Amino acid sequence: MHPFSYTRVSDTREALAAGSRGARYIAGGTTLVDLMRETVERPETLVDISGLPLREVTATERGGLRIGALVTMSQAAADRKVRTLYPVVSEALELSASAQLRNMATIGGNIMQRTRCTYFRDVTAACNKREPGSGCAAREGFNRMHAILGTSDSCVATHPSDVAVAFAALEATVHLLGPDGERTVPFADFLLRPGNTPDREQALRQGVLITAVEIPALPRPLRSGYLKVRDRQSYEFALTSAAVALHVRGGVIREAKVAAGGVGTVPWKLPAVEQHLIGERPSEALWAAAAAKAADGARSLQHNRFKPQLLNRTVERQLRIVGENA
Amino acid sequence: MSTDLPESAVPPPSTGADESSSAPTRRTFIATSTAVGGAVIAGGLVGGTFLSGSDEASAAQTPPSSRVTLTVNGTRRTVTVDNRTSLLDLLREDFGLTGSKKGCNAGACGACTVLVDGRRVNSCLTLAVRLEGADVTTIEGLDKGGRLHPLQQAFIDEDAFQCGYCTPGQIMSGVGCIQEGHTGSPDEIREWMSGNICRCGCYTKIVRAVEQTAGRK
Repeated sequence: MHPFSYTRVSDTREALAAGSRGARYIAGGTTLVDLMRETVERPETLVDISGLPLREVTATERGGLRIGALVTMSQAAADRKVRTLYPVVSEALELSASAQLRNMATIGGNIMQRTRCTYFRDVTAACNKREPGSGCAAREGFNRMHAILGTSDSCVATHPSDVAVAFAALEATVHLLGPDGERTVPFADFLLRPGNTPDREQALRQGVLITAVEIPALPRPLRSGYLKVRDRQSYEFALTSAAVALHVRGGVIREAKVAAGGVGTVPWKLPAVEQHLIGERPSEALWAAAAAKAADGARSLQHNRFKPQLLNRTVERQLRIVGENA
Repeated sequence: MSTDLPESAVPPPSTGADESSSAPTRRTFIATSTAVGGAVIAGGLVGGTFLSGSDEASAAQTPPSSRVTLTVNGTRRTVTVDNRTSLLDLLREDFGLTGSKKGCNAGACGACTVLVDGRRVNSCLTLAVRLEGADVTTIEGLDKGGRLHPLQQAFIDEDAFQCGYCTPGQIMSGVGCIQEGHTGSPDEIREWMSGNICRCGCYTKIVRAVEQTAGRK
């Protein structure tokens, strides 16, 4: 690990001042410390923001929920409001990482976490995300876990977060605080597809601080849930996953929010699946027909040719699980 | 046997005793002095070569370091640490608390699990410098007046280990799991203990030990 200087801040103004001087924010540190040890990350200064007052989960006036950036994954998952209003969020959180890591990692850090692509983590391998212009060892390498959607010639790494898939499905917004004041960014615009610049992962300038993630109100009753398919039953990243929320009234699906994980370079919203569901009556045939659109545009790699079909089946199963009781 | 730095002390200069020979000597010293009184390697201490890990690191190139005060197993300690020092290394190398184990050093195996302010965390991914005012409990601090914690006893009763390397982490994680109330069924225990890997495959008995301890509460 490279040497770094360390400071602790107790209010957001101090944090922004340090951030504008080039310091890196550290919250839970579960990704950052790990990558610093691998020398993938080499910050010269860390600013510990864990003392900032960003630890609340609050109901918004508009009927949604605002989760402070420093709420830990375990706190967010256990929060009664989250569990009642958006089970898809608490389920995604509890299917992530381990109990220890969830006690450390925060919501803000979760959406900032970096890919688990093994070539990104290996400083001796070619990786455009870590070392722009060096190439992509994953393209022709062992790419079973890699992305099939949103990829580019430069990068095929997945975004590893589960809860970010739920946030994408629910069309959350990210609250930011910078030197110029507050700003909100739709989740869909916050995480960036790799294109030619896979090293740029978020729509976030140096020194800008995430203060919260806000989930908008949705019509009630709303049924939602998260399904994660992986090589181990627990404590493993997704091969595929599906976040689904459905609002059914009078026997007709009025609202559908669907996104997939483990398959995209960013959490992958599925508007074609959503559109296929809205205005229809729940049925076995409907789940299958809608889910058949999940992998539209997918481009498999040598070792993950199973992913498009697995994705379709994951989405179909989760539509059925959520839809049967909606 | 505390190796804490006095608050005003400048780290002593490195004597040039290389890491490869001094590191095992530290462990040997701790183990041997406990067992037979330390006379065997007493010569190794002459000239003050017995330095703790972060002292050596900071003495070599004086990388950025900070002073931090934390409580470990009920004892308040103030140390100056290289900012890079993990809680795990602080516990093992500076405080001689080698119960917490280094498995993967990447948050993937759980062997380093300790409680910080009552919550189970991976000490390998916890920077010691961030623990100002924190209350840390390790496997060494779990007993009450020489009486084993019920989960420690349950691990013995259930024979819930073979090599034992993961056991301190399993027990600390189990204590957290029981406190969190995720012990409703063997399946729930398995899920909430999944952050602790056991290469010997003692999972069935580990689950039983956690289940029985939770049931007794």
